[in-house]
Amino acid sequence: MRFVDEFRDADKARALSAKIASLCEPGRHYKFMEVCGGHTHTIYKHGLEDYLPETIELVHGPGCPVCVIPMGRVDDAIHIASQPGVLMTSFGDMMRVPGGNGNFFDSNAEGTNIRMVYSPLDALKLARANPDQHVVFMAIGFETTAPSTAMTVLRAAAEDVRNFSVFCNHVTIIPAIKAILDSPDLRLDGFIGPGHVSTIIGCRPYEFIARDYRKPVVVAGFEPLDILQSIYMLLRQLDAGRAEVENQYSRVVPWNGNTVALRAINETMQLRPYFEWRGLGFISHSALRVRQSYAAFDAERLFDLPGVRVADPKACQCGEVLKGVLKPWECKVFGTACTPETPIGTCMVSPEGACAAYYNFGRFSRRRVTEVSIG
Amino acid sequence: MIDREQQVLDRIDRARRRAPKVREERITLSHGSGGKATHTLIEAVFLDAFRNRMLEPLEDAARLRVGAARLALTTDSYVVSPLFFPGGDIGDLAVNGTVNDLAVSGAVPLYLTAGFILEEGFPVADLVRIVASMRAAAEAAGVHIVTGDTKVVQRGKADGCYVNTSGVGLIANGVELGAALAKPGDAILVSGPIGEHGVTIMLARGELDIDADLASDTAAVNGLVATLLAATPGVHALRDATRGGVATILNEVAKAAQVSVVVDEGAVPVKAEVRGACELLGIDPLYVACEGRFVAVVDGAEVDTALAALRAHPLGEQAAVIGRVTEAPAGLVLLNTAFGGTRIVDLLVGDPLPRIC
Repeated sequence: MRFVDEFRDADKARALSAKIASLCEPGRHYKFMEVCGGHTHTIYKHGLEDYLPETIELVHGPGCPVCVIPMGRVDDAIHIASQPGVLMTSFGDMMRVPGGNGNFFDSNAEGTNIRMVYSPLDALKLARANPDQHVVFMAIGFETTAPSTAMTVLRAAAEDVRNFSVFCNHVTIIPAIKAILDSPDLRLDGFIGPGHVSTIIGCRPYEFIARDYRKPVVVAGFEPLDILQSIYMLLRQLDAGRAEVENQYSRVVPWNGNTVALRAINETMQLRPYFEWRGLGFISHSALRVRQSYAAFDAERLFDLPGVRVADPKACQCGEVLKGVLKPWECKVFGTACTPETPIGTCMVSPEGACAAYYNFGRFSRRRVTEVSIG
Repeated sequence: MIDREQQVLDRIDRARRRAPKVREERITLSHGSGGKATHTLIEAVFLDAFRNRMLEPLEDAARLRVGAARLALTTDSYVVSPLFFPGGDIGDLAVNGTVNDLAVSGAVPLYLTAGFILEEGFPVADLVRIVASMRAAAEAAGVHIVTGDTKVVQRGKADGCYVNTSGVGLIANGVELGAALAKPGDAILVSGPIGEHGVTIMLARGELDIDADLASDTAAVNGLVATLLAATPGVHALRDATRGGVATILNEVAKAAQVSVVVDEGAVPVKAEVRGACELLGIDPLYVACEGRFVAVVDGAEVDTALAALRAHPLGEQAAVIGRVTEAPAGLVLLNTAFGGTRIVDLLVGDPLPRIC
């Protein structure tokens, strides 16, 4: 298949793998963080670590939209969905995220109507088709998905759709990266930068990482060769003693981002003073809410929310996993009490969550499999 | 570090062997998706209540001995939405599905029953159309629909039309099939390209704004199975890859026989349209339902004969060898990715959920 197979070519991967190995300093251990959960998914789904020397460790970052939603926000969404005449919509990944009292599937079994949509525009379509119901879209995600929410609000306003609103949970990536850089627990050698966020915000926002923290950043695409090449580019920077922001994903990411999309976000949303991230706690200026001028489309203003902060279960170590301090399997409940069927933490829910990726794709000993010699 | 990781993996392995338990208080859609929740429900509720020697293998059909004859008996309910889709409708699906469950049990399908649950207000013309395609499918498969039942429920209490079919077939002497019979050295084959039915249905729902030239693969495979069994005495197991797709079948084989199944991603036949739609939706074709394809586990020494027999039949022209059975790690399905890495293929937790970015 064109535009897919070229980026999964095993011969090119072997060639890159050799170049990567040749750049590794003997005896040095490298730790690179892939910020985005989409990268984590690709790494495990394609078995990319088979191409890396054992001295390169990939650390999974916080860029998983579903993983960072705190339990209280899930409860708030269920509260909205429980109001008479409400049809709640969200992306499929949200359906199994546990709140303080069950997930959306459980809530539907109790009588709410929470449906999965593929785009906020589909939710708007539902609102037009069901004028007797109020359709709420639970918006989640980083700058990647915020523009589509913004465009939907703008369209709803232009078409004067009165039975539609957004429960906004959009977050921004830079404060999360900064929180990790300032965290004392972690020593990183560089970042595989989030590709799809960067299609919107561009590469400039990462310059402080190179300048102030002296860490190289390579914005990367989502096919396995993209990631291998990014690792090679990071190693080349380290080898030359450089710390810069480089764009591996230039076929999609413009250096200055997408100004039209940024304008739409800015028109409809504003930064919150602070927002709770699951596992990471409150981070200031790290999330978006709907602006007062679009209050008619803001579910937070239209509905009285309990807004109760629900503490994560004690056993759950999602925060440490999201910060990259713990490997998924190092969490005490990984794979026993916490599984994709009965997740305790969000990292086990989304296909982009590090725990789910490791459990579903990587739950075997590479060494042992190599010993029985497959392939 | 590797040792510590291995200890965790062993602990998880023990946790996975524990008797399954339904934790939910109510049925959710996940219980019907064919993945882990379905398995848990079947084992913890149904198998626990009905347990007997014939039910226990949880194969596609029960194998019964009546006098000197060996029978296969199966039942299946059909609730597909939409009722009519490119390549078929709920009618031929209901006939082919039950015929296939019998065929992959090694039986020659003979007789079917048909039960209808109809919603008040359902158009008679649609019912006539469904019944006509059931008749055509039964004729094509060489089976007879010999008894039936009709119920009508109030508007809103069902979604148009549900169909249940049951079937019996006769198992010939010497045919012994079962997932537990897979052994190291066996080859894994699929009878054709996978995932067409599932993707067709998803697109036919019209929620996705994706156009693709695709039709359901719904077909009766009893002719193809007969051809394969006649040519290859070393067939150890057959399964039709319906809900949960090929990945689920392979997991069932790995678990039942306590072997490992290793699949080569590049060898799995998938139409470009199916791959494209799956890439866009973030789902893996290995989990997408087929309604006219099966997985065969065949003695490694007879793989060429089996492949030639399948390919000689019009339904099996694109059959392929996709992997093999090995000893360890027992109970796991491993995939050698087209990219050149290795990963696990596990049972799905629920419906394939699309990724959002």
